[in-house]
Amino acid sequence: MTRLPLRTGACLLAMIVAGAGAAAAQVTLVRGNDTDPATLDHHLTSTVAESRILNDLYEGLVVQDARGEVVPGVAESWEISEDGLTYSFKLRDDAKWSNGDPVVAGDFVFALRRIVTPATAAVYANILYPILNAEAVASGQMTPEELGVEAVDDHTLQITLNAPTPYFLELLTHQSSLPLHPATVEAEGANFTRPGVMVTNGAYKLVSFVPNDRIVMEKNEHFHGAQDIAVDRVEWVPFEDRSACLRRFEAQEVQICTDVPAEQMSYMRQNLGEKLRIAPYLGTYYLPVKGADGSPLKDKRVRQAISLVLDRDFIAEQVWQETMLSGYSIVPPGISNYVETPPSLDYAEEDLLDREDRAKALLEEAGVAEGSLTVQLSYNSSENHRNTMTAIADMLKNIGINATLNEMEGTNYFNYLKEGGAFDIVRAGWIGDYSDPQNFLFLFEGGVPFNYPRWENADYDALMDRAAQTQDLDARAQIMAEAETILLDEVPAIPLLTYSSRALVSDRVQGYEDNLPDVHQTRWLSLSQ
Amino acid sequence: MTEMPIPTPGTPAPAPDALVGRSLWQDAWIRLRKNRAAVASALVLIFLGLVGIFGPMLSPHDYTRVYPQFVRAPASLEPYPRADVVIPNFERTMARARVEGTPVLENGTVSVEIADDEPIDERILRYFQRSDLFINPRLDLAPDGLSGTLSADVEQLYFLFGTDAVGRDLMSRIFIGVRISLAIGLLASAMALLLGVTYGAISGYLGGRVDNVMMRIVDILYSLPFIFFVILLVVFFGRNIVIIFIAIGATEWLDMARIVRGQTLSLKRQEFVQAAEALGATRAGILIRHIVPNTLGPVIVFVTLLVPKAILLESLLSFLGLGVQEPLTSLGLLISEGAANMRGAPWLLIWPALTLTAILFALNFLGDGLRDSLDPKDR
Amino acid sequence: MLRYTLRRLASAVPTVFIIVTLTFFMIRLAPGGPFDLERPLDPLIMENLKRAYNLDGSLWSQYLTYMGNLLRGDLGPSFTKRDFSVNDLFASGLPVSMLLGGLAISLAVLIGTVLGAIAALRQNSWLDYTIVGLATFGITTPNFVVAPLLSLFFGVILRWLPAGGWSASDPAYWVLPVVTLALPQVAVIARLVRGATIEALRSNHVRTARAYGLPARTVVVKHALRAAMLPAVSYLGPTAAGLLTGSVVVETIFGLPGIGRYFVQGALGRDYTLVMGTVVVIALFILLFNLIVDLLYTLLDPRVRYD
Repeated sequence: MTRLPLRTGACLLAMIVAGAGAAAAQVTLVRGNDTDPATLDHHLTSTVAESRILNDLYEGLVVQDARGEVVPGVAESWEISEDGLTYSFKLRDDAKWSNGDPVVAGDFVFALRRIVTPATAAVYANILYPILNAEAVASGQMTPEELGVEAVDDHTLQITLNAPTPYFLELLTHQSSLPLHPATVEAEGANFTRPGVMVTNGAYKLVSFVPNDRIVMEKNEHFHGAQDIAVDRVEWVPFEDRSACLRRFEAQEVQICTDVPAEQMSYMRQNLGEKLRIAPYLGTYYLPVKGADGSPLKDKRVRQAISLVLDRDFIAEQVWQETMLSGYSIVPPGISNYVETPPSLDYAEEDLLDREDRAKALLEEAGVAEGSLTVQLSYNSSENHRNTMTAIADMLKNIGINATLNEMEGTNYFNYLKEGGAFDIVRAGWIGDYSDPQNFLFLFEGGVPFNYPRWENADYDALMDRAAQTQDLDARAQIMAEAETILLDEVPAIPLLTYSSRALVSDRVQGYEDNLPDVHQTRWLSLSQ
Repeated sequence: MTEMPIPTPGTPAPAPDALVGRSLWQDAWIRLRKNRAAVASALVLIFLGLVGIFGPMLSPHDYTRVYPQFVRAPASLEPYPRADVVIPNFERTMARARVEGTPVLENGTVSVEIADDEPIDERILRYFQRSDLFINPRLDLAPDGLSGTLSADVEQLYFLFGTDAVGRDLMSRIFIGVRISLAIGLLASAMALLLGVTYGAISGYLGGRVDNVMMRIVDILYSLPFIFFVILLVVFFGRNIVIIFIAIGATEWLDMARIVRGQTLSLKRQEFVQAAEALGATRAGILIRHIVPNTLGPVIVFVTLLVPKAILLESLLSFLGLGVQEPLTSLGLLISEGAANMRGAPWLLIWPALTLTAILFALNFLGDGLRDSLDPKDR
Repeated sequence: MLRYTLRRLASAVPTVFIIVTLTFFMIRLAPGGPFDLERPLDPLIMENLKRAYNLDGSLWSQYLTYMGNLLRGDLGPSFTKRDFSVNDLFASGLPVSMLLGGLAISLAVLIGTVLGAIAALRQNSWLDYTIVGLATFGITTPNFVVAPLLSLFFGVILRWLPAGGWSASDPAYWVLPVVTLALPQVAVIARLVRGATIEALRSNHVRTARAYGLPARTVVVKHALRAAMLPAVSYLGPTAAGLLTGSVVVETIFGLPGIGRYFVQGALGRDYTLVMGTVVVIALFILLFNLIVDLLYTLLDPRVRYD
């Protein structure tokens, strides 16, 4: 008995030595992430940080390549019916789970039924409502078996939609449509995401997950493209403090940071050169305007006046140090399925003083005397939001509107917005789930919980309904552009900035291409020594 | 040497005082005055207190004023704008006003000859009025109104400590920060002295079951989640600086209570307390006359430790969005913003940090001086 | 002594009970819930979620359920780190925090006591001023300034130590966090010990010991320092409890998987079970350390008695 610890020790030592030997041979990439995923059960996830991890672990029907374009994933090809309502996917023969099982159509059916089942309590189930009966299943009116998803055979999956949805393929790249290994989920229940238990079909498999430390993944040898995967091991490190990621990047402990500290932009520009990546991103930063009943803010001329005097260039360049771009529309530029020249506020190029004159005239028309209106600007705690609102308060002073600032603690703030709190002007951000204007314009439809200003416009809602029923892409784009024109005229939410993706990428990393959806799956990357 | 009074011809010899018999406090006061470090520290604190009270009024820049053209300007003794940016800036403003010409800078005045086909509108001046760089723009027009000289003086702005990320003068921000932080420190010490010392002395002196219950209450308060306490206060009573004072004051006396209790446990067994008891002194009398004065040494040292703790605790609250509200600020908040800007804009960290350090150094030396002068064994 | 200890341990039970109850209702009063994210949820899904996490019953029944589970040692599932139970999170995080906190507190006591004693013995000399000055600097510089500076200097510029991250087997990863944690405590302890030593040196029993001609060192160590430790020990109780249960700032800046961050992450994310778990753990540490402090009183100063 007394020998045992010694032997165990020796074994351990041998393992460490062996481990070290193996580690030297394999390529390890350390990537920063914004935060830990709430869970690796993708049906319960909602954030971008989670999608990064899950897209390395799983492969969906379609995936996004290094340039962010939709390319075949588990599905090698697909057919869309004439009416745009039925998608028929042909699954590849060599797709395998990390335990060697083949990936079959039934795995997708299982996963899609599970996500809309009420008992799953999936946060993102509503993104799949375009699928036939999805909403009815999620609200418990139908059984999951009635969902419009069917495994014709092991290698053919058929999905039926409610209405033609031109962005449906794009939607399938979202983590909500990733498959699950039914046997593991059924056998393990909530424990199926544990390291050693979890079975995935992506380029990587889970090795360990220590909260606030790192998630380690290794190459899935059964993956159909395993021979092309250059990075053997990925470590995802959560960084709540972006400066910490910058320091570890400079110390060469981390090769990719997914975000950068905006305060240190000038330093990074000077010292990191090409390693600092700033690219347009599918997100918009806007200011919902509500006001109490009878407040001048209910008058669209007052909202237009406020929008006119915001010096967006100053906020983007000075406050955000060019990590954001000036925004003049709710739908960010560069989006797919939209008109050639999307609607935008027409005063982007106009001089600020002329805009102030126009704003003053509008206020006068609306009967708002100089100095008579005081608005409260609320925001969730963050240095950049604070500075943005400080700058806005100063700009409003120029047209005789007084502004007070109200900083709120995060959870309290979002709860307040959602529950219809009585605010004047707040800040909000929206990152597109898929590249389609609908994903931004639906935010202001009547009855949608995201409609913070509780703005209701019958014409707008009618246009959005019509767009949903229109199959022709150009006509649909036209209708949505009309809707956005109404939105920009009424400005219930003032567009302020559009997001850019910002990252630090070591010069050792190959294959990292800046792209609009900001997806950079590890399977496309390689690491030079 | 500094401990020895130096007799000078002007001052009377100290002997008569000793004969009259001085109270503990008079005695302490006299000894404190002789401690140069303590006196200097007291002067520094008074000075910073005055800065907190009057600084924001006397500062050349309002602490809320944004200078959009001077965002993140480094600290400097030289006035802004720098000579090399004046002309380009003037040209940019001219472009906005839609006039053309070649501006010249002379003796702090920029002027340019302009001409146009239509009469020149006086309103172009407001583009220059709005600029942070120029003051007193004027237009000397020829009689026909088609040509003339546009000139403006370059405004000399001093940002001795630089400007912050939206272009506000850091020195004015520090002034207001000193005001808030000193108030918080003062309040936390007052709370700790009043509540903490009384509570701790009573608990320790009474001992037994009372002590056990009183100290368990302290443990409970210690363990309650402070952040939720503040969130609730903010939700029920609104965002108010008083709430922050209450929240910080309510937590900072706990340590003090424990320390005083520890001292009291030891003191109450000492001969002089037992003598007082034997002489029939009341419990309250013993506490006030014998126990509390004898705990003052560690109490004062601890107060000097507690003030920075309270000031930094406020910065944690601000960081979570529960602290002071813009445009007000505090030293802790300024320092934490400065720490984020450490590389690229170091002055944002250095000046607030130096201010806080100065306050705390002064507090420490004053505290030590007080402790020494109050020490009854040190006569 | 033994009876006192037992009595204190017995009184810990109702204390923890009160703490847990107060906290439970207090955090539920705060607006917002664990599922109020920046991106709001569909009301239908919100209902499903609340049902799945037993948040749809009355507050009272939720309380009873929680207390029942707590008695069985089950702290419940985490709302924001859903792949883990709160027990899992503490099992993996507490050893990290305790290792770092324990090292920091030992370092602080060692260096702080020595510095404080030296300063007191050489009162008002340049050595005293230097120590007091350094100590003041240690207190004034907040850890959110010290931590990035250390990481920058030793991790990025000199490359002597890792700039961040954690390894349970490689002490190189421990150095900077431990130094950051210890620095302000060294300062506080040095000041408290200095103040108290000066006082103790003037007390009758030390004077007597000196008058007997005992060597200066014996007097200082045996008598003066022993009595001088009293306020330092009172201070150390809660401080040690705090350090061993982790530091938000240090863990965030160095990227350490301790439990210090759980409290703030839990509070901001309204992760009720995680906050409750943290409160229970912190309360146990505080009660334990305050008991240790009270017992140390009697060892350090024979005049302190509890009966």
